[in-house]
Amino acid sequence: MTVQVWTWILVGITFALYFGIAIWARAGSTKEFYVAGGGVSPLANGMATAADWMSAASFISMAGIISFAGYDGSVYLMGWTGGYVLLALLLAPYLRKFGKFTVPDFIGDRYYSNTARTVAVICALIVSFTYVAGQMRGVGIVFSQFLQVDISLGVIIGMAVVLVFAFLGGMKGITYTQVAQYCVLIFAFMVPAIFISIQMTGNVIPQIGMGGKLADGTYLLQKLDTLHTELGFKEYTTGSKSTWDVFAITLALMVGTAGLPHVIVRFFTVPKVKDARKSAGLALLFIAILYTTAPAVAVFARTNLIETVSDTPYTEVPSWFKNWEDTGLIAWSDKNGDGTIQYVGGSALIDKKPIFIEGRGRYGERLISNANTNTNELYVDRDIMVLANPEIARLPNWVIALVAAGGLAAALSTAAGLLLVISTSISHDLIKKQWKPNISEKGELWAARISILFAVVIAGLFGIYPPGFVAAVVALAFGLAAASFFPAIILGIFDKRMNKQGAIAGMVVGICLMLFYMIRFKTGLVGVLDPRPASEWWLGTSPEGFGTIAMVVNVVVSMVVSRMTPAPPKAVQELVEDIRIPSGAGDAQSH
Amino acid sequence: MTNRKKAVAYWKQNLTYLAILLFIWFVVSYGCGILFREELNQFQLGGFKLGFWFAQQGSIYVFVVLIFVYVYLMNRLDKKYGYDE
Repeated sequence: MTVQVWTWILVGITFALYFGIAIWARAGSTKEFYVAGGGVSPLANGMATAADWMSAASFISMAGIISFAGYDGSVYLMGWTGGYVLLALLLAPYLRKFGKFTVPDFIGDRYYSNTARTVAVICALIVSFTYVAGQMRGVGIVFSQFLQVDISLGVIIGMAVVLVFAFLGGMKGITYTQVAQYCVLIFAFMVPAIFISIQMTGNVIPQIGMGGKLADGTYLLQKLDTLHTELGFKEYTTGSKSTWDVFAITLALMVGTAGLPHVIVRFFTVPKVKDARKSAGLALLFIAILYTTAPAVAVFARTNLIETVSDTPYTEVPSWFKNWEDTGLIAWSDKNGDGTIQYVGGSALIDKKPIFIEGRGRYGERLISNANTNTNELYVDRDIMVLANPEIARLPNWVIALVAAGGLAAALSTAAGLLLVISTSISHDLIKKQWKPNISEKGELWAARISILFAVVIAGLFGIYPPGFVAAVVALAFGLAAASFFPAIILGIFDKRMNKQGAIAGMVVGICLMLFYMIRFKTGLVGVLDPRPASEWWLGTSPEGFGTIAMVVNVVVSMVVSRMTPAPPKAVQELVEDIRIPSGAGDAQSH
Repeated sequence: MTNRKKAVAYWKQNLTYLAILLFIWFVVSYGCGILFREELNQFQLGGFKLGFWFAQQGSIYVFVVLIFVYVYLMNRLDKKYGYDE
């Protein structure tokens, strides 16, 4: 059977499964809709959190990014896992004990202020929308790559699917479909990795294979370092970012992870404080399976790629090379006219992406108009490292199809979790808590469903007409979360003296500073201001790492302002004492 | 012990655990994986340079273990103070 038939079959089966679960897990109350009734087992919640967390970016792009960045890619590996330690130790148990539905709920009650609540809602919406746009785009790309469907149609199919299980089941439906999606995506990621590990190093476990020996007796990583040095790339295991920047980015990603509302809200769904702790551990365990495999995949794919294409005559490259060239993710221009692919350090192009022109070259290659004069002749898009890996390693067709189903599971599960946060922010934090406090439960449930509908449509539009800044901004969502929520929540639990003036000032200053730095050095202000060059970064901090500085500023501002203004009321201080004690979480949940 | 005293003692012990566990969290990732990776890279773990291994593998394993140690310690502490349910 062809790859395409296999893909339709596997995507069809997994989608049918998600629909079945959605119908089975319909939500009847707001509590079921927002936090799945608070009765999800830690194991199921751990899997759902892992699926919620691992997006299209983790599944498709991360191994590719590491493959090209080598050691520098470690910031994502440590940053996106280490945050769970903070989450488990500093946030999850206390927020579960507090026992409401959302992060703005906590901020609003702890800081006895609707202003604080509104600031938190705005932060949650900014963070979630930037993040969800990337997911919808991811769904479209997977559809178009594997099923030859138009990207826009792919986005619409994705929207429809997410809508069904989010609309019917709310958090309950989403949680149980995410459990299924986790199983699909981890299976889809591991199978090719294991196959390739066996092929290259003879080891079944990719994590060990990565440090294993090749058939000729040399260590794989040593071989890759040698290849890199010979070809003029920087050494794979060393990297080129400054130590401070690696430090800052890792910290911003960790703290941002712990501050993302769609991750935090998952810990409201388990019955007890004890379960919240345990399920954070299980979530990280499930995430770690993919995150420790990804660097291995990166090394295998990188070595395979170099060995296959470097100094190979174009007429002798395997068929996958030409297939991906046809989709525009690989480009080759024969600069020295020898018909052989020179793949060495330095960019091959003037811009970031190749611009293809009509016609074919001497050897049948696609012509591009923006080749530069460097000796490097090859452009390879980072995303194909995971997508093309099974083909490069000549794995069977069903394995290639599995990767498509896994990519879709990863993108859909994350999109669903984010859409729920957006809809909850509107129906619960704004409508119920601020505009119409006496709305009936049924009314609130419908408000939640209608908000999901709106959120899906807006996210879909972002996916179909992606504004240029989306890709740049997704990575910065972490910086925004780190600069806004994380300090407010941590201080709310660990500093009894923290008051509303301090927290609001901190959040506002933190998020504004982060937005300012983003616009100044990364996105620019469309048509008015171009982003400034890296040489002007403050203290040599990249925009991705700036969340660390904005967070520190937030904490300092909060501390100073709170000590100059009156202490919080007695009732609030008692609330803080109460959330520090784990027992009695069940009672606190009534609303 | 009065309820209040009990709560204070429980919280203090909790903070001690947090300090120790977060110290380890910091050392494996920021210490071994970032700040001191050059020094550690002089040692090999199988085919891995040690600093590189910590950055791309080791720190993640330690993170998982840290959370489960925390779960164990806190469950024990909850029992001791009668806060478990």
